Amino acid sequence: MTNPYVPVLVLMAVAAVLALGGVAASAVIGPKRYNRAKLDAYECGIEPTPHATGGGRLPIKYYLVAMTFIVFDIEVVFLYPWAVDFTTLATFGLVAMLGFLALITVPFVYEWRRGGFDWV
Amino acid sequence: MIPDFTAPLIDWAALAPLLVVLGAGVVGVLVEAFVPDAVRRATQITLALAALAATVVLIVLRWGLIVGSDGAPGVSDVLVGGTVMVTPFALALQGTIVVLAFLGALVVADRTSSGQDAFAPTAAAVPGTSYEDLARRAGLQQTEVYPLLMFATGGMMLFVATDDLLMMFVALEVLSLPLYVLCATARRRRLLSQEAAAKYFLLGAFASALFIFGVALIYGFAGTVRLIGDEDKPGVIRRVLSGDAPLDGMTVLVVAGILLVLVGLLFKLGAVPFHAWTPDVYAGAPTPITGFMAACTKVAAVGALVKVLYTLVVGLPPEVGEQLRTVVIVVAILTMALGTVVGAVQTDIKRLLAYSSIAHAGFLLVAVAGINLESLRAVLFYMVAYGVATVGAFGVVTLVRERTVVPGRADGADGEDGVVLGEATHLSQWAGLGRRAPWLTAAFALFLLSMAGIPLTAGFVAKFGAFGAAVAGDLWWLAVVGVLASVVAVFFYVRVIVLMMFTPPAEEQLLAGAEARAQEAATGTGDEAEAAEASSGAEPAGGGVATETRTEVARTVVTVVGSRGPAAVAIAVCAVATLVLGVFPGPVLELAGEAIKFVP
Repeated sequence: MTNPYVPVLVLMAVAAVLALGGVAASAVIGPKRYNRAKLDAYECGIEPTPHATGGGRLPIKYYLVAMTFIVFDIEVVFLYPWAVDFTTLATFGLVAMLGFLALITVPFVYEWRRGGFDWV
Repeated sequence: MIPDFTAPLIDWAALAPLLVVLGAGVVGVLVEAFVPDAVRRATQITLALAALAATVVLIVLRWGLIVGSDGAPGVSDVLVGGTVMVTPFALALQGTIVVLAFLGALVVADRTSSGQDAFAPTAAAVPGTSYEDLARRAGLQQTEVYPLLMFATGGMMLFVATDDLLMMFVALEVLSLPLYVLCATARRRRLLSQEAAAKYFLLGAFASALFIFGVALIYGFAGTVRLIGDEDKPGVIRRVLSGDAPLDGMTVLVVAGILLVLVGLLFKLGAVPFHAWTPDVYAGAPTPITGFMAACTKVAAVGALVKVLYTLVVGLPPEVGEQLRTVVIVVAILTMALGTVVGAVQTDIKRLLAYSSIAHAGFLLVAVAGINLESLRAVLFYMVAYGVATVGAFGVVTLVRERTVVPGRADGADGEDGVVLGEATHLSQWAGLGRRAPWLTAAFALFLLSMAGIPLTAGFVAKFGAFGAAVAGDLWWLAVVGVLASVVAVFFYVRVIVLMMFTPPAEEQLLAGAEARAQEAATGTGDEAEAAEASSGAEPAGGGVATETRTEVARTVVTVVGSRGPAAVAIAVCAVATLVLGVFPGPVLELAGEAIKFVP
């Protein structure tokens, strides 16, 4: 019997070859016709432009969306394992999760009341 | 699937102190959401102070239960299946944290006679922009400070009272994240404040990462993150001693893990070589926050350090324990040396206090390195003595301000015109403070004397205890190093006292005559030249000319603003505590003695 970790190693090697090979192949044989839109940051937040001299305005919406995302992200992160072990955790788990959900609603309420969703 | 899950018993009454503080934080966030602007600040202050006061009462009640009457613990200290473990020692630390947080919150709440608190109207605005002016004129205020304070305090209370390394990490984050945000909220010197927050956050994140990496290594070795554990679930040391650890024999793994955990804790403590953030952050953060942070975080960090170190050094095989002890001794010596030597050449009062706090971390580690019960008692007393002196000293710093002088007035030293600006933190601006505000200066001098460890102040008893603990642990030479370091430290504390009490104020020196001034400027080394530069430091371009053409260019003078009450109360309480603990340390030492009965 071989070491049980050998298949994992093989899998890692295959993954590395696929990932690196794909990038390398497209770099070598892919067509290169760049334009402004293609060179822009892709799904990576605000436009990477320098600040206007003397400050200026900057779009705040990105940060608000990010904060809202964190609230629900954390919520879901804990909901999944709870759902898997729902039966075992029984009433204790249910009460604990309800408490957690109530607490995580607090920052959401804060954001809503302080105008975090009034964008227009 | 979890094989056999049994819900942990939760003793709500025992958790009450922690829950009240964290609950006040949550309610504070809701207050931010629903209470109208006009009464929001008052509501927040009331809520925060009431919660902290209630927590003190709850801790005192709990103390009676847990210490017991006839030498046996009244109630179990293991709560929630061991994730919370409130031993008398932990409870004493929690009490210290909450009392210091209460005093710190009083300083935070004070608006002073200038009518402004220490926090930016909107901390999110880019410094120096019109948006910032707009927010200031609209009278916006950042009352989120109070819930953040509550969360930080709650994190600290949990940090010292857990047997579970993972829970310790969670507590570390709960106490750190609010502090990072609070550091960025200073009303004045916005860029410096934001720089401080960024530095603190980045370095703190690294320290946290190292901490959790260490926990991972310990878990890999022992298969548990509990330190002591109980019969059903043995902790790290029992696994090691019984040879029951999954990776038994690879002791290097657990040593590496413990060292990484220590890095995370020593960072929070501000010990060399993990001290680099301290001066910048202490100087950049709003001064009331600096006071809170310097006092309470240090108590929490040293509490967690003692917990980890004492459990493991005593529990692990002797050779491993000795190695860990050597690490603490080396760090203690480095910390004392750097704190005192670099502190002696500082010219900014906040940076000076920051280096002083580094030096104090060193003295604390001297006590910790003793590894005996005497050490624990010394640590407890030291934390109280250092904490009140620190909160008080930073409280005084918040009241010593710069004020613009209206052009055309000759002097303005006694006038009430002009706008009160930020704190006058340059040491030369503190010259002659004793004449302007004798009581405030006396209190500040008292705090400095206590930090220096002069007899009849709390600091003396504290240092005596710390060095005594080292001697009791057969480290008499380390105690000698400690005494030498405190002698050097006395120099820079006394330097400030002499400056405040016996040196004439900068303005008088400036008026002393053009001839003398020219002479001083020519040599370039005189105090006057330095003072002239500093007192006009607020105008970047004005520089030295400000003194010559006083009638045309606005310049600033040092002024002492009056407290609206809270800060004055905090400073007075700290001063009285410093004196009383110095003259009659008995009762507190007795309490500390009771706290170490059932360690760890």
